[in-house]
Amino acid sequence: MNIRTLLCTVLIVAGIIAPKLGLAQQSMVFDDPRVGLQSGLFDAEEAIWNLNKLTTVPPPKDFVGAINSDLAFKDHYVFQGNYNGVQIWDVSDPASPVIAREYLCPASQSDVSVYENLLFVSGEGLGGRLDCGTQGVDERISEDRLRGIRIFDISDVLNPEYIHNVQTCRGSHTHSLLKDPEDDENIYVYVAGSAPVRPAEELPGCSGMSPTDDPETALFRIEVIKVPLSNPSEAAIVNSPRIFEGLTAAPVHGPTDAEKIEFEEARARGDFVVSIGARNYILPPGYVAPMVTDYFEQQEITDPTVADTNAFREALPGMISAMMGLDVIEGRGPDQCHDITLYPEIGLAGGACEGYGLLLDITNPINPIRIDAVADSNFAYWHSATFSNDGSKILFTDEWGGGRGAKCRDSDPMEWGANAYFSIDENNKMHFESYYKLPVPQTKTENCVAHNGSLIPVPGRDIFVQSWYQGGISITDWTDPANVMEIAYHDRGPVSDEELEMGGSWSVYWYNGYIYNSEIARGLDVFELIPSEFLTENEIAAANTVQMEYLNAQKQPTYRWPPSFVLARAYVDQFERKGTMSSDEIASLRAEIDEAEQQGNEEIISRIQDLASASD
Amino acid sequence: MKSFSQRFIIPLTFGLCMAGPVLSQDVEELEALFWARKDSALTRFSQADADFMTGMIAHHAQALIMSAFAETNGASPVIQTLAARIINAQNDEIQIMQEWLEKRDQPVPHIMIEDNQLMIHGVDHHHDMHMPGMLSSEQLQELEEAKNSEFDRLFLEYMIMHHEGAVHMVHELFNTDGAITGESTYRLASDIQVDQITEIDRMKLMLEELENLN
Repeated sequence: MNIRTLLCTVLIVAGIIAPKLGLAQQSMVFDDPRVGLQSGLFDAEEAIWNLNKLTTVPPPKDFVGAINSDLAFKDHYVFQGNYNGVQIWDVSDPASPVIAREYLCPASQSDVSVYENLLFVSGEGLGGRLDCGTQGVDERISEDRLRGIRIFDISDVLNPEYIHNVQTCRGSHTHSLLKDPEDDENIYVYVAGSAPVRPAEELPGCSGMSPTDDPETALFRIEVIKVPLSNPSEAAIVNSPRIFEGLTAAPVHGPTDAEKIEFEEARARGDFVVSIGARNYILPPGYVAPMVTDYFEQQEITDPTVADTNAFREALPGMISAMMGLDVIEGRGPDQCHDITLYPEIGLAGGACEGYGLLLDITNPINPIRIDAVADSNFAYWHSATFSNDGSKILFTDEWGGGRGAKCRDSDPMEWGANAYFSIDENNKMHFESYYKLPVPQTKTENCVAHNGSLIPVPGRDIFVQSWYQGGISITDWTDPANVMEIAYHDRGPVSDEELEMGGSWSVYWYNGYIYNSEIARGLDVFELIPSEFLTENEIAAANTVQMEYLNAQKQPTYRWPPSFVLARAYVDQFERKGTMSSDEIASLRAEIDEAEQQGNEEIISRIQDLASASD
Repeated sequence: MKSFSQRFIIPLTFGLCMAGPVLSQDVEELEALFWARKDSALTRFSQADADFMTGMIAHHAQALIMSAFAETNGASPVIQTLAARIINAQNDEIQIMQEWLEKRDQPVPHIMIEDNQLMIHGVDHHHDMHMPGMLSSEQLQELEEAKNSEFDRLFLEYMIMHHEGAVHMVHELFNTDGAITGESTYRLASDIQVDQITEIDRMKLMLEELENLN
């Protein structure tokens, strides 16, 4: 039997089960230019909407065929991680990036961050070497192996100096930087590792036992490295906080509008609907019947009265809640985080940790404290988090299948491998709003699932540019987290239409007016936004007034807009789009701005900013 | 297994057929290098890696059989969702592991599932089915016959055991000299570990809560 026949067999078996899912608000779009793109490595067919691609630069020879990973930015340099090391691009002219330095030093995933004169690189795979050699490490226990954080001095960007390592028990899959606003002498690195724990013979003190057997286990914790800026070679682990311990009752999200309709219909049909916390569940009659029997048997009731039946009804939500397994028992929980996004200016971090999305208080950087946790039965693997600029909302991504799998096929549910959006209330509790998944189906040779992204600083709105691996790039407006809308995209055909070759967008971030995309196989893409009905020229120009000296997307910056006339015009465009003002009022505001600009009178800018805040 | 030249020519042919960007000489060289490196990466594996893939295919296949019972045996909605997700995930991983073996010219186990019986073809030595976490035929039959909430309980119990076996197999592989030196092997093995640990945690909670009822 060949592979194809075999697959048919397996799929038929799988087909027996129709997934029982909650209703999604989003449905898949088949009539889309992204469907059916021709394959190719450097010549794949492309589809693009509301974006202009300035250029694609392929990787330098030493990096071709190795996976391009995350991006970091400093001044006019882009640091692109690669499983073979780091590529430093000079983007003084974003339309033609020039390779400024290739630093060959293999390790997966080579997640990169920069802070002042320091570059941090993650190493997790077994082949990473202290001496940056390309030969790998074959032995199970080796003193040559690096799994952890490499630290480089980039005072001279073109000549990075490898100054220090911090070895960790699980290696570093990703890491995030934290600058405490109160502490100018140190920078902190939060390390998240997800691989098996290395043997104690290789790194003394490492243990993969459960916390009850070994309180010093590497499981159930993250590592915090303190890096003294005056002497970074003294960087060391200062704490391994157990942010997962004692997770209690992770709240579940409330029903979507579509689900509410479904519940009403179910009640009308006479099905059992139980409310547990903020959520309703429809129970098929065949499911409740044995529970009734079990319940009365346990209570030793042979002839149930009305009161007994009512008692059952009251007990039912608790029983179902327990069966859903969403209430977390004391002392249990995930044992690792994939990625932690730190937002120091609001004192919060979003932790994407296996089966949970966590909200952490990071006002004391050495001791992050968990303040809320969410679980979701549609989420396989909480991967990364991004806050809205004002910190009132958070989105988590679900990297279902680990980024290896083709999880955007027309047969894959829209709630799986998607983003989940939560609002954060004044007590720092998260409330589920909706899901969003790349709306077009991808082929089975395209690895595709929700991945990294960053905010685009359009004033007054929450705009997110995001990687979907070979699903391409999707730009969404999540100002209303219950109704997320796609406003731009770019996609390529598969690397190969015969077999799944890893490719696509690993990370895509907005930096100083341009969108930089780390394409796993193809190199570095540079885009700019173009005006559309969803985004005006003024809004784009106002976004571009935000200029950063550096950017690490997992250390989320607060965007601030310097006062400008284009900022005022962007707000007026938004009043027009929202329909909150008459066309006469809009026209007269625009004329006022024109006049004020001619006279150099900036007073109108703050007046319009106030109008915009009042309209929110 | 395709030869290097076949891999190389196919994308170029598309390049000529479509109105895409014209490849410059440099890019053609890079593309040749890309496929050459992909091919040479295929030689970087050990017998332990290949044995792991072969074993894990059969291991995953049993999870498909177990999960398929959820629909017919009156499982609760949440167990059905869990089972559907396991089927989706492990079906895909079986395919990835088969391709992994095929590309490295290793014998590829083919799976046949008939009447809930698992048959493996294509590998010379019949892999021993007593891998960690595998259900015995009696246990599988017990699961097949369980209904409703009893099925939920047994499914969770056996799937936790099954997943723990898979995690154990990954740890064994990590503890083998010369294993997982290849990037794709590392990624696949560590992803299986992470996904299944996450699912074990979730299932343990579901099971404990279920048992608290009784």
